[in-house]
Amino acid sequence: MNCALKEFNKHKASYMFIAPSFLIFTVFLIIPVFASLYWSFTEYNILQPPKFVGFQNYANILFHDPRFWKAMTNTVIFVVGTVPTSIAISLLLAMAIDQNIKFKNWFKTFFFIPSITSIIAVSVIWKWLYASGKYGLFNHFLSSIGVPPVNWLGIDLTLPSIIIMSVWGGLGYNMILFLAGLQGIPQVFYEAAEVDGASDWDKFRNVTLPLLRPTMVFVTIMSIISAFQVFEQVYIMTYNSEGAVGGTLDCALTIVAYLYETGFQRFAMGYASALAYLIFIVLFIVTIINMKIVEKKIEY
Amino acid sequence: MEMKDIRKFNGDEASRPSSKSKQQQLLRTFVYIFLVIGSFIMVVPFVWMIVTSFKPLDEINTYPPSFFIRKPTFAAYLELFSIIPMGRYFMNSLIVTSAITIANIFFCSLAGYAFAKHRFFGRDKLFLLLVGSMMIPWQVNLIPSFVIIKKFGWLNSFAGLIIPAMSGAFGIFLMRQFIMNIPDDLIDAAKIDGCSEFTIYRRVILPLIQPALASLAIFTFMGQWNNFVWPLVVIYSSKMRTIPLALSVLNGQFGTNFAMVMAGAVIATLPVLIVFVSFQKYFIKGIALTGLKA
Repeated sequence: MNCALKEFNKHKASYMFIAPSFLIFTVFLIIPVFASLYWSFTEYNILQPPKFVGFQNYANILFHDPRFWKAMTNTVIFVVGTVPTSIAISLLLAMAIDQNIKFKNWFKTFFFIPSITSIIAVSVIWKWLYASGKYGLFNHFLSSIGVPPVNWLGIDLTLPSIIIMSVWGGLGYNMILFLAGLQGIPQVFYEAAEVDGASDWDKFRNVTLPLLRPTMVFVTIMSIISAFQVFEQVYIMTYNSEGAVGGTLDCALTIVAYLYETGFQRFAMGYASALAYLIFIVLFIVTIINMKIVEKKIEY
Repeated sequence: MEMKDIRKFNGDEASRPSSKSKQQQLLRTFVYIFLVIGSFIMVVPFVWMIVTSFKPLDEINTYPPSFFIRKPTFAAYLELFSIIPMGRYFMNSLIVTSAITIANIFFCSLAGYAFAKHRFFGRDKLFLLLVGSMMIPWQVNLIPSFVIIKKFGWLNSFAGLIIPAMSGAFGIFLMRQFIMNIPDDLIDAAKIDGCSEFTIYRRVILPLIQPALASLAIFTFMGQWNNFVWPLVVIYSSKMRTIPLALSVLNGQFGTNFAMVMAGAVIATLPVLIVFVSFQKYFIKGIALTGLKA
């Protein structure tokens, strides 16, 4: 005890320096992580103290909750719809900008603007672009090439519409990461390939792609994680006068939107905590699988 | 980069127009077309936002929709500031975002310095805990944080918006990585001169990490200005709303008055756009270095 006190006195300054950060860290991260783990095994509506129910929340979610599975399906569709498309296009963009071209910084800025804009602003702008009938810009464009107007935010197309918007919004950010990756590839590899008479395609396949692997893995993991947590776009695009989120018949209900509804509109905090932990588990598994894939393939 | 070398290579044989250089020329043209069309697709929604915000209502509902405004008007902006207290929301956002940014600069650099240069019991374990915590998705701590804020009586207040965000693992991590590169000699010299730890932090460390502080400040400012979920759960009265929250309410209540909603979007976008254009270098470098979005 005395020894610990001495140790503390010796390093008082160090502990004082980290104290403010750790106070916030403890109160708003460490305690919450354990609190929601505990609440996920309880029935809790904030007004009454939590009532322990064992694994009931998890069992209900997994076996008796069709809306959870609807939300899970939509979320997976969203991830599959956005991540590969966004990676392919942003890699192409990065390679195009990495060439010796004029107006490089202008192009970079244009592609990056959606990434710095609030996702709420982006969503309301796109909601207006998607407007039904003939006033919406997209429908006007369609009709000018002879295609009848489409109900972009109707039951069938809401999720695809949100996917298109999200791909558009995320390009610039991935592009910057790929650009950094491309610029890290030593020029000698390309020179060597050229001496061997490699075509542009050969160089892309055998130099760029393998050497870009670390960036690719990083971008993939980050993109999957953030796509899995999609919420704001859904909130704005599907918001209706009753305050429900997710669209008609839950056509665009995602897992985080469902968590929001459960926790903050129905105040079923125990159930929502269990949902949060399921999200945590899924993301953890996704990350581990990705890491394993890297480990395997890096030995070539 | 490839291009440069190919051009050098072609330069030696410039007299002979090879098929390779023609192919390169074609590729170059494609690259430009690709980028110009791409930029166009990126910018059009924002142009449409600005155009719509200056249109009188009857022009919004005329067919065909046009990028040309016959009678430009500020009506939507005037409505925005009279029907709803947009000025107040702007101030709320400014207060919350600035307070969080200043707090982060101070607390993160302080902790980052201790982790980088001090030796104390539990340092490495605490740091590992901090870095590991970045893997936890925000949904996990959202609900308990809300309950804690409620217990403290900070719901619907600036305290509730600001305090939980005053420091963060990402910022501490960023500061630590940067401060580790500062030579120990500088700190030792200051110690020999009898400086206290805080004086060293203020007189030696802070001046040397200004670029990193700028990155952190910009990241934090932009991330917080656009933050939506936390204000959504913490704020319930109309006068405490921040800009993104106000915009979402606008979308709900005045969803059909597109001029007004677009004017709101312009006001939400403008500050971050200004910050971004002024400090673009720091921002893009910061992303490339850390790979993290605020």
